[in-house]
Amino acid sequence: MDSAPAIKTENLGRIYKIRGPKKKGDQKELIALKDVTLEVPRGQLFGLLGPNGAGKTTLIKILCTLLLPTSGTAFVDGLNVATQSQDVRRQISMVSGGETSGFGLLTVEENLWMFARFYGLDNAVAKRRIAEMLEILGISDRARAKISDLSTGLRQKMNFVRGFLTDPNVVFLDEPTLGLDVTAARDVRTFVKQWMQDHPDRTLLLTTHYMAEADELCDRLAIIDKGQVLKDDTPTNLKHGLQQNAIFNLKVQPIGKKPQDNGRIEDVPGVQTVAVRDHAEFSEINLTLQDENVLPAVLTHLGGRGSSLIALEKHEPTLEDVFINLVGRRLDQDTHGQENGASE
Amino acid sequence: MSAMRSAERVHKAVGASLFWRAMWARAYPRLIGTQREMGWLLSETILPLLGTCGFVFVYKATGAPQEFIGFAVMGGVATAFWLNILWSMASQLYWDKDGGNLELYIISPAPLMSILLGMAIGGFVMAAVRGFSILIIASLLFQVGYQVSNLPLMLLIFFFTMAGLYGLGMMMASVYLAAGREAWHLSNALQEPIYLTSGMYFPVKALGAAVATIASALPLTLGLDGIRQLIFTTQTDIGFLAPEIELLLLIGLTVIFLSAARYSLRKLEEIGRREGRLIERRK
Repeated sequence: MDSAPAIKTENLGRIYKIRGPKKKGDQKELIALKDVTLEVPRGQLFGLLGPNGAGKTTLIKILCTLLLPTSGTAFVDGLNVATQSQDVRRQISMVSGGETSGFGLLTVEENLWMFARFYGLDNAVAKRRIAEMLEILGISDRARAKISDLSTGLRQKMNFVRGFLTDPNVVFLDEPTLGLDVTAARDVRTFVKQWMQDHPDRTLLLTTHYMAEADELCDRLAIIDKGQVLKDDTPTNLKHGLQQNAIFNLKVQPIGKKPQDNGRIEDVPGVQTVAVRDHAEFSEINLTLQDENVLPAVLTHLGGRGSSLIALEKHEPTLEDVFINLVGRRLDQDTHGQENGASE
Repeated sequence: MSAMRSAERVHKAVGASLFWRAMWARAYPRLIGTQREMGWLLSETILPLLGTCGFVFVYKATGAPQEFIGFAVMGGVATAFWLNILWSMASQLYWDKDGGNLELYIISPAPLMSILLGMAIGGFVMAAVRGFSILIIASLLFQVGYQVSNLPLMLLIFFFTMAGLYGLGMMMASVYLAAGREAWHLSNALQEPIYLTSGMYFPVKALGAAVATIASALPLTLGLDGIRQLIFTTQTDIGFLAPEIELLLLIGLTVIFLSAARYSLRKLEEIGRREGRLIERRK
């Protein structure tokens, strides 16, 4: 088992059947995952980066044995998640963002003790580890507080203790910093980094739609959209692929209507990708150009549509640029999967 | 942030030891909850007591023997257990799914049966505290006397009534989870009819053999009937069946409901994983 990768999927697919509101037979199919092939070696902090609805959570639920794949195979710690689910469960744990698990009338340490016992931990070991990990996450002073009295940030820290308390080989973190304030999110990220350093043989799979988080934490990243893995590499290599291009952020006056012919910015020769976000007073444009000589043509095009430049910034490629380059839109624009196989 | 000291591998129990630990861990919130939330004193003791009082005064007004008041008091006790089955056993997995606990139960190595048994043990203790509170208060209030003719048989009937009843609750937990949002309506729909058909406040024999036979599928019907026969000995001919036969039937029901609970849990997990019903899909 030890030589097997921590996580391996081969042509993994998942289709949800969604019942219609009226008739029982009125079902739609939602393709959540399509032919996902991944391999995560032991000791790696692997990230899945994609917008909401890209299939990240579905993949995690399959790997955690909560869902069966519709096609393909998945292995965790060398064990098949479909046929060896009970063995897989001994090796894993999961923490999700915005989790409200536990019982409000129990204290933090009682809740953690309960979950530790579900994994078969000895009483004394559970109590010692709970005390130790609460200390590490800086919430030992809240050990005897009822969890119904905790703030979102404190509750998520408690969830983190639950996830790591049981000494898992593979940890799944699904959007772990969702809804947290800056300080709590930073604490959680620091904890994750420290845990990986202290446990070099363990593996962590993290899903996020926060670029900075993925960039800061992950040894390797897969970019996922509409249920498909588009690229899988180290954050450095992903960004390096764009280094020969010129990347600009433009702030311009609201863009006017498209002219009839060659009306899109993408149609300007040398423009590789464009992502526009409209605000009330201005538009924000992310541009990837073949080289910076293309920029005057873009500005002329914008001028032709009645939009003049307010600000311009050239920057090094970020994961956001990588994402836009691969997907053709910004990460904060959600995906809702594919219905009946047709892309949205 | 300080470095982690717990880098050593942790021993985790498996098999029966894991089952035992998980079961008591899941029972814990209910055991401790009885002490922490005293609001139940009003809603689950005083209110059922009022329902019992209604029957007591009807019996008093019609000049029924004092034992009939005892029948109503026993019904009040049984109400506490039945409410616990409906709202704290059958609906619990559905609520746990809603709160995010179900996913964590399933991805843990603990068998789901251990979790449900833990809920049942905790639920039984909760309901027993309420039930015996009703018994003591109502017995003192209406001066009901009890004369147990066969204590071991009565205890056995009580034990298997509870085992069968909580087995039924465990089975219903899976069914309710599969039923989804309809679960609430199911609980509401089952509450009052069971009060009537199981003879909570009067001997079930009064409903006739056909209804009593059908109602005997519920352990509470047989249990109440058996216990009433054994503690109100001056009232002859109130029993539907002999207590010994009722005990045998209760043992049978316990085996059936516990096996059905085990089967339905396995099925639920299988179908749930296939159809995605175990997870909350976030937007």
